Amino acid sequence: MNKNFSFKLHFPILVFGLVAPFVFPGLQLQIATLWVMVLFALTWDIMGGQMGYNSLGNIFFFGVGMYTSVLFQVGQFAEIGAYTAAHGGDNFTFTNAQYYQGLVIGIIMSGVVAAITAAMLGWTVFGLRGPYFAIGTLGIAIAAGELMGTWEWVGAGSGISVPVFPGSAEARSLLFYFLCFGAAVLTFVTLQWIYKTRFGLAVNAIRDDEEKAEAMGIHTVRYKTVAWSISAFFVGISGALFGNITGIIEPLEVAFPTVTFGIFMVAMTLLGGKGTLWGPVLGAILFHTLKEVTWTYFLGWQWVALGVLIIINVVYFQQGIMGWLIERFPEKFGIVVEEKEATR
Amino acid sequence: MTNYVIEVEDVSKSFGGVVANHGISLKVPDGMITGLIGPNGSGKTTLFNSIVGYHPIDEGSIKFKGEEISKLRVPQIARRGLLRTFQQTRIYSNMNCIENMLISIPHRRMKFADMFGEREDRETMEEVERLLDFVGLYEKRRLRSGDLSFGQQKLLEFAMALMNKPEVLLLDEPTAGINPTLINGLIDRLRRANEEFGITLFVIEHNMRVIMNMAESIYCLAHGEMLAHGSPDEIQNDQSVIDAYLGAH
Repeated sequence: MNKNFSFKLHFPILVFGLVAPFVFPGLQLQIATLWVMVLFALTWDIMGGQMGYNSLGNIFFFGVGMYTSVLFQVGQFAEIGAYTAAHGGDNFTFTNAQYYQGLVIGIIMSGVVAAITAAMLGWTVFGLRGPYFAIGTLGIAIAAGELMGTWEWVGAGSGISVPVFPGSAEARSLLFYFLCFGAAVLTFVTLQWIYKTRFGLAVNAIRDDEEKAEAMGIHTVRYKTVAWSISAFFVGISGALFGNITGIIEPLEVAFPTVTFGIFMVAMTLLGGKGTLWGPVLGAILFHTLKEVTWTYFLGWQWVALGVLIIINVVYFQQGIMGWLIERFPEKFGIVVEEKEATR
Repeated sequence: MTNYVIEVEDVSKSFGGVVANHGISLKVPDGMITGLIGPNGSGKTTLFNSIVGYHPIDEGSIKFKGEEISKLRVPQIARRGLLRTFQQTRIYSNMNCIENMLISIPHRRMKFADMFGEREDRETMEEVERLLDFVGLYEKRRLRSGDLSFGQQKLLEFAMALMNKPEVLLLDEPTAGINPTLINGLIDRLRRANEEFGITLFVIEHNMRVIMNMAESIYCLAHGEMLAHGSPDEIQNDQSVIDAYLGAH
């Protein structure tokens, strides 16, 4: 993409992200959620947009990250089974040092465990293509929620509470806001870098013609596994952060919300334009803003509004915002177009 | 003594009740151009697909430089230096010519960290430009490859294969659909790839003028079985080949 065009988007979004919690203190949670949505869309696009593998189960890694984080946050200092037993179990109080140590290790491990899980799952599901891959991954996410709901050690259907933040509500809100914003920025910067390396070309080659890519000797399984692991790493981290924001981790609605966040990440990417770096960002901003506005001013009609947006998008505007811009102004995106008669 | 890079022995392949290849044996000598001809439906492309790993064979053995490869997957075989092009041109039409070439770098010695390596380093770009110049596409290097003419797309696919530095290249009807004025240029480049880059070529071709002029040794298939093998002169004068195939040309 044209560097000036990119900078024109980078700068205002970065400034907005830094000042938003102070300018709009009443909307901190909504804007923090916006950054999680940006992260969702960016990470879904690694697989669905850049590589052509439409996963409907990426939300699985959100839950994996959420549970991993809380287990590390609690498990370093208390016995998990006793902590969760009888919905609250032992009344354990974490010291400040224990809280922050647990949080840091929990966030890191949420990404690592999610990435490892993706690598292991990849060996089984990458044999699937098209709708079979989509449904297969969706099945994993749904099954995970149901399984966690029966596992007593982690609180089963009652869930598990995260350690209580040792400070004021404002400080907690600000900390998790900037962690969400930082995670989204880190995801964006990482993807911006890797899409410019050989990795970016190889995953695009897999998307456009996997058989040809294999015929050229590309390690397609390796690239697919790494792509999904990168995606899972960041989604896992977002799970850790979101779990700490909600305070209680419940398997179906909070950890593995397949029909809400799991679908949103696809819809946002399609709206912004899949297979582009900025498309998922723009799609997430537009989608989340519309969602919050309808939730606030048109309560009861919010799902209808989102449904209409998705239908318009997939029926009349499949290329999404960035796809439309690239078609309209190819030269702005470094695409050389030659007069037809000169090429024949 | 002749070294054979590809050795196919008693290979059979069926799709349900249809026998595509039956008891095929052939040898492709190192550093030469070998042809494979036969009427439509004679099993030529199936044999190519079996050699490069697309179809698991039912029976027989396929060796590349002495190593059994019939159980290997497509990318594993490609990384050993045995590459193919397709009957219908397969390029990345949404990418420009340079990007198509960059995808085609050799992957055989690529380490894990190389996945995130710089894709347009000076050495690679020099090679890309040299090969695009070799096939006459240098001026169109930044064009979206889907906007190239069919003949130019064939040349790009050939350049992509060369970029991969194969030891053996299987070409499936390289001149099919190409404007006659471009065919001579393509033949010249195939010969130069063989002579200057030392690439062994194994070519399926329906254009008899092309294959008879280019190949040093030709195999002829009919109805999934080996009909004949010999020099171009021997093949042209073989009565069974004339009856089954050449008579129609």
